[in-house]
Amino acid sequence: MTAIDPTAHLTAEQIEELGRELDAIRDEVIADRGEKDAAYIRKVISAQRKLELVSRGVLLFSIFPPAWLIGTAGLSVAKIMDNMEIGHNILHGQWDWMRDPKIHSTTWEWDHVSPADQWKHSHNELHHTYTNVIGKDNDLGYGIMRVDEDQRWHPFHLGQPLWNFINACFFEYGIAAYDLELGKNLHKRRRKNPEFRARARAVGRKIRKQVLKDYVIHPLLSGPSFLTTLAATFTANLVRNIWTHSVIMCGHFPEGVQVFERRSIKGETRGQWYLRQMMGSANISGSKAMHFMTGNLSHQIEHHLFPDLPSNRYAEVAVKVRALFEKYELEYVTGPLPKQVFSAWHKVFRLSLPNKKPKVNTPDREQELVAA
Amino acid sequence: MTSAALRSRAWKLLEMVTTPLLPSDYLDLVSPLRAGADLRGRIEAVHPETGSAATIVIRPGRGWRGHTAGQYVRIGVDVDGVRLWRAYSVTSPTNRQDGRVTITVKAIPDGKVSNHLVRRAKPGTLIQLDQATGDFVLPQAKPAKVLYLTAGSGITPVMGMLRDIEFDDVVMVHCAPQPQDVIFRNELHDLVADKKLRLTEVHTDTDGMLDIARLDELVPDWAERETWACGPAGLLDAAEEHWTEHGVRERLHTERFRPSIVVAGDGGEVTFSTTGKTVDADGATPLLDVGEEAGVLMPSGCRMGICFGCVTPLKAGAVRDLRTGEITEAEPGVLIQTCVSAAAGPCDIER
Repeated sequence: MTAIDPTAHLTAEQIEELGRELDAIRDEVIADRGEKDAAYIRKVISAQRKLELVSRGVLLFSIFPPAWLIGTAGLSVAKIMDNMEIGHNILHGQWDWMRDPKIHSTTWEWDHVSPADQWKHSHNELHHTYTNVIGKDNDLGYGIMRVDEDQRWHPFHLGQPLWNFINACFFEYGIAAYDLELGKNLHKRRRKNPEFRARARAVGRKIRKQVLKDYVIHPLLSGPSFLTTLAATFTANLVRNIWTHSVIMCGHFPEGVQVFERRSIKGETRGQWYLRQMMGSANISGSKAMHFMTGNLSHQIEHHLFPDLPSNRYAEVAVKVRALFEKYELEYVTGPLPKQVFSAWHKVFRLSLPNKKPKVNTPDREQELVAA
Repeated sequence: MTSAALRSRAWKLLEMVTTPLLPSDYLDLVSPLRAGADLRGRIEAVHPETGSAATIVIRPGRGWRGHTAGQYVRIGVDVDGVRLWRAYSVTSPTNRQDGRVTITVKAIPDGKVSNHLVRRAKPGTLIQLDQATGDFVLPQAKPAKVLYLTAGSGITPVMGMLRDIEFDDVVMVHCAPQPQDVIFRNELHDLVADKKLRLTEVHTDTDGMLDIARLDELVPDWAERETWACGPAGLLDAAEEHWTEHGVRERLHTERFRPSIVVAGDGGEVTFSTTGKTVDADGATPLLDVGEEAGVLMPSGCRMGICFGCVTPLKAGAVRDLRTGEITEAEPGVLIQTCVSAAAGPCDIER
């Protein structure tokens, strides 16, 4: 909703042509998808499990500082792999084509307090369909932040750098609450809704299991290393949460990323949908290791265009997508992680303060912004 | 506490240690064939039989319960990264010393799994297994006279029988296009040389298809024999008719291989088998819409193929991906995205 629409120079025909070109990129990968890709995800899953086993094993002796350090680092990486390259992508159905019931969006459960099926609804369905549409995509500010100049400022927003920092530390809980739409559902009447209660119970069960495992069972198994193991798992969860929060902030928050009005997606064509994904996402540049550790969400633009393509193919797809950005004279928002994280945080700070009234403002839009 | 209760407690504790995964997810990494694991097998060798057939030696997991001669086993093989399930007759005898089982596979034109197994399968590969099943088996009491009537790869279950139990009087009539297409030919001729088998080969390229009436001449006492027949539908239909006509139908045992022949069309009759609704659908309407219009409660999500919230089992028939035109045929375990799939011929959606 910036004053100047960066896609204004494109005609309707061009946008549909862009859509067709993107479809062609997708078809190409699908036609070529096969054994190598399957071997890739199996290898990653196996490596993650081994790393977690070894790290937890080392942590049994975490009373010795070197063991604590190695175990904590290993467990942090294992948890990041589980959430990012494995969990997030499998839950997107990226590997459903393998027809392996163990690596499938309908059966996968991850090391996270949000149950997979609830996350799939809020993330795959709401966020990916309505990317960056204010009032529809709750990922925008997670309901606790102001992310666009046009949103009405409220004194509550003064604290948003703090809210965001707390959210980063306990990100998995933030996601669980957000999947439950806790803010909206805490009103008395909604709290009694049986469907909400069932979902809340499922989250409760998942939290209990996760907490029991990380903070009771594994520390107990460590015997004399009880406290150090507890500290190690807490640290690993913290590291994983801050890391995933940072990566995800880079996906849609950095400067240059567009947000959209609810009205603008009425009767949206496929080409327009693609265009919104392109303008509403941002990438992280970096090494192969960086792409891997972000679960290839460093290729957020490509991921939003093709959320169900196997993540290991985003890098090659990115080259073609970027060429399309150039061809259609659109800005491909990307940068190294520190720059993107800074940019996103900068926006969080900037928008915590009121700004001048937006130039264009229709009454109906005002309403939408209030609703958002 | 009993040991079973103790073990179940220990397992529960282990599940708490590994949550949200299961202990088996970790154990599978080191011992996929152990007792208690999902049944799998490891391909240990692939022996060519003819130009288009090969025998696959499989070491089954500890949970394998064995088979009866003549039964088949369903196996799940990853072909180009996609798990596909097919059924093959077990060709090894039940008392094989090393505990391995074999299946013998004939590569059929365009057969994804059969061509993969015959030409590309590598020793060391893990495959998924089901327990052996099927009632095309020998009876408890030994029949005095036996006839095996087979054609093509129909010989495979019968070979399992031949290798398993010796009978005093066994005749076999086997059809194949040419001599070199006869699977297990050397072994069959060895049995003939040892006088354990009387064999008639019908080479259909030169002799033409077997006319069932010729049995009178090939095996004059065929009607007195307990007969096991396996081959293409035409042969089995003719045999069933012939045996019925002569009032000896109960002596004939047949096994039909059912290659799923799906003719992918444009639209078709859609059955929602759980709710028992059947409606006609065109080839352009997503099955999600078709179901909802028919009043079936369908899971749904983004309605554009990105969220995987609508995936539903396809029990029978074929569907077309409206984005790519790709056809997906029903197989056990196949799930489809109903929001971007349309009927490609009659199909059955589990809803």
